[in-house]
Amino acid sequence: MSYRKRERSRTARGVSRREVLRMGAGWAVGGALSQYALATPARAAEHPELGTYPAGIAGPSVFVGICTPRTGPYAAVGEDEIKGYQLAIEHLNLGDPLLKRISPRTSRGVLGKEVKYGIADSEANPNTAVQAQSRFISEKKAMMIAGCASSAVAVALNKLAQREKVIYLPCLAASNDVTGKDCTRYSFREGIYAYPTAQALAPVLVANLGKAKKIAFLTPDYTYGHTVRQSMEEALKAQGGWSVATNQVSPLGTTDFSSYLLNVANSGADVVININFGRDAVLSIKQAAQFGIGDRMALVIPISTPFLAQEVGADLMKGAYGGMGYWWTLEETYPLARMLNEAFRKKYNYNPEYGAHSAYLQVAMWADAVERAGSFYPPDVIKAYEAGAKLQSPVGEVYFRGADHQLVRPVIIIKGKKPSAMRSSDDYYEVVKVADAAPLMQKPDAFSCQLGSYD
Amino acid sequence: MLTWANLWSQVFNGLARGALLALISSGLTVIYGTLGVLNLAHGAMFMIGGYAGYVAFSYTGSFIAALLAGSGVVLAVGLVMERVVIRHFYDRPHEDQILVTFGLGICFVEIIRFFFGSLSRSMPPPARLSGITSLGFMVYPTYRIAVVAIVAVSLLAIYLILYRTRLGMIVRAGIEDSGMVDCLGIDVHRVFMVVFGIGSMAAGFAGIVNLPVAPITPDMGDSILVQAFVVIVIGGVGSYAGAVLGGLIAGEILSISSMIDPAYSYVALFAVMTLVLMVRPRGLLGAESRT
Repeated sequence: MSYRKRERSRTARGVSRREVLRMGAGWAVGGALSQYALATPARAAEHPELGTYPAGIAGPSVFVGICTPRTGPYAAVGEDEIKGYQLAIEHLNLGDPLLKRISPRTSRGVLGKEVKYGIADSEANPNTAVQAQSRFISEKKAMMIAGCASSAVAVALNKLAQREKVIYLPCLAASNDVTGKDCTRYSFREGIYAYPTAQALAPVLVANLGKAKKIAFLTPDYTYGHTVRQSMEEALKAQGGWSVATNQVSPLGTTDFSSYLLNVANSGADVVININFGRDAVLSIKQAAQFGIGDRMALVIPISTPFLAQEVGADLMKGAYGGMGYWWTLEETYPLARMLNEAFRKKYNYNPEYGAHSAYLQVAMWADAVERAGSFYPPDVIKAYEAGAKLQSPVGEVYFRGADHQLVRPVIIIKGKKPSAMRSSDDYYEVVKVADAAPLMQKPDAFSCQLGSYD
Repeated sequence: MLTWANLWSQVFNGLARGALLALISSGLTVIYGTLGVLNLAHGAMFMIGGYAGYVAFSYTGSFIAALLAGSGVVLAVGLVMERVVIRHFYDRPHEDQILVTFGLGICFVEIIRFFFGSLSRSMPPPARLSGITSLGFMVYPTYRIAVVAIVAVSLLAIYLILYRTRLGMIVRAGIEDSGMVDCLGIDVHRVFMVVFGIGSMAAGFAGIVNLPVAPITPDMGDSILVQAFVVIVIGGVGSYAGAVLGGLIAGEILSISSMIDPAYSYVALFAVMTLVLMVRPRGLLGAESRT
């Protein structure tokens, strides 16, 4: 019954919707009282009311709304993200050395305020996510909202953040649109995304798999899938003369890929580029093996899903190329990665995947921006972000681009190891290269990003 | 990929997908045809079957045990559900029946989610069926070929039980005039309970058979329920043969249309359903509708 226990304890650790509501009710009353009791006229005079400011900082703590997929095809990824958020907020409140390395001005909390949080399930559905985060904003006066996995959710929350004037940190969400045509002033993305990942992957693929190859794409049918497909296609066409044999578009949450895979098997392609994410990636790769595709075609997973290799097994992943935001063996070269892994393993007993890494890093960078701004007033915080200060991170030095709010950070190119080459049970990937993204990224306005107003 | 090789592959694949849909939908249509209740918890039955099979498999490691345990559990859930809830709704309006079965479906999903969490679970196919079979024009997972056979046998078994036995005769008599059957000293309610149990079991059994093909999650029944509805609307609501035919048609539409543009497979399915409703409102094999 071990699996059942595990699931129960996981449920027990997480915060249920009911709990959140109950906490919310208590908070609303307490918050309202303290707002009247503690509101400081001096600060109010400095800055006008904007979004949840200053109501959200009236008490001794500030609230952060976290919404990730806990059910549906991206559930595993969402749980990993939550652990990253929890660890980061715990470190923030305790003033942990790792967090201080990323955010040097942090002592405890953010500007002396304890950080509290609530967790909601987005179901990887934009409407659900917008409702949940709207509740955190209106009932808890959240000063920052974070989380997603699906780019469709990120795009929806980008817009909510801009409308409500609350800072939003999308997690994963690798569509070009998130900091491209759907970028907003209030949103800051930490993660890797389609364009630079394709630019970093293409030379590796052309060098190892050859020129003029034919591609079969497996594409999830939403903004993430389409932009990754486009970026990969363009990069491989330009750099290696590759062409597209077929593009199999499937809805998010597909469980039976048989029809798509038969089309791929009959397409005459040399390489399968599988853009599916989460459970969709796991299922499509496992089923591809059943349709005899793995033996005939090379596998590329441009944005590799957390837990992918664990779930499909090293046998199916050996030789597969992919891009990632973080892989735990970076600890061999990056001291902050080692610190993160050690803290994470101690608390959760496994190596952080890049969802957890992204969650941790973005909370730490938010704390840094607020500390540098010296205020929670959103335009001040945004300007602190936009200043583009160089920060230390588990993947080396990183900084935000002011013009599109995209973090300039390396893309990790990985290759699946043979089972015999694995040094430990979790040593699934060889890090082929840590590609410096700065020269690979598009110009900030290339995807028509218009950030919008500060207030 | 419009090639002959691909067309044959997709036609065969449509058969495999359709077989499973036919089995699920047969349970839905038998319950409706016999009891007049539209069971919106049918998708949840499919899901419960999958989880019951998964638990049995994780304890015993046996595929047969998973099939037996899964079917047994769903049969029991179906019987209890009929006895405790559904029975009180036979004389109530359809809206009430829809609401209560919809509600039960949500309860089942959340109960399973409470115990198992939201991560997907899967089960490998039995060792003898786990490989790849070359059919000449294509390679196909052996287990999926076996699914077609397993489903064909189950459909035949359900048909024989419901339409070629004494039980089946009582069922059909009960539909015509349950009062008269009662007068003959036959317990119609017990028969109805058994029909509900068997109808549910068909979905549960399909859930286990499908487990090695696609992993299960608590909310997997929702999309299956929608597809099952499309199937019985195409085939004719309440018609057993219609469910089988509708299932195969739906499977073929989903597979063959994917050759042209997979993004529009489901659009094609609903378009065909709309067409059938316009031309034959009772479905392809639908008899006079119940009132």
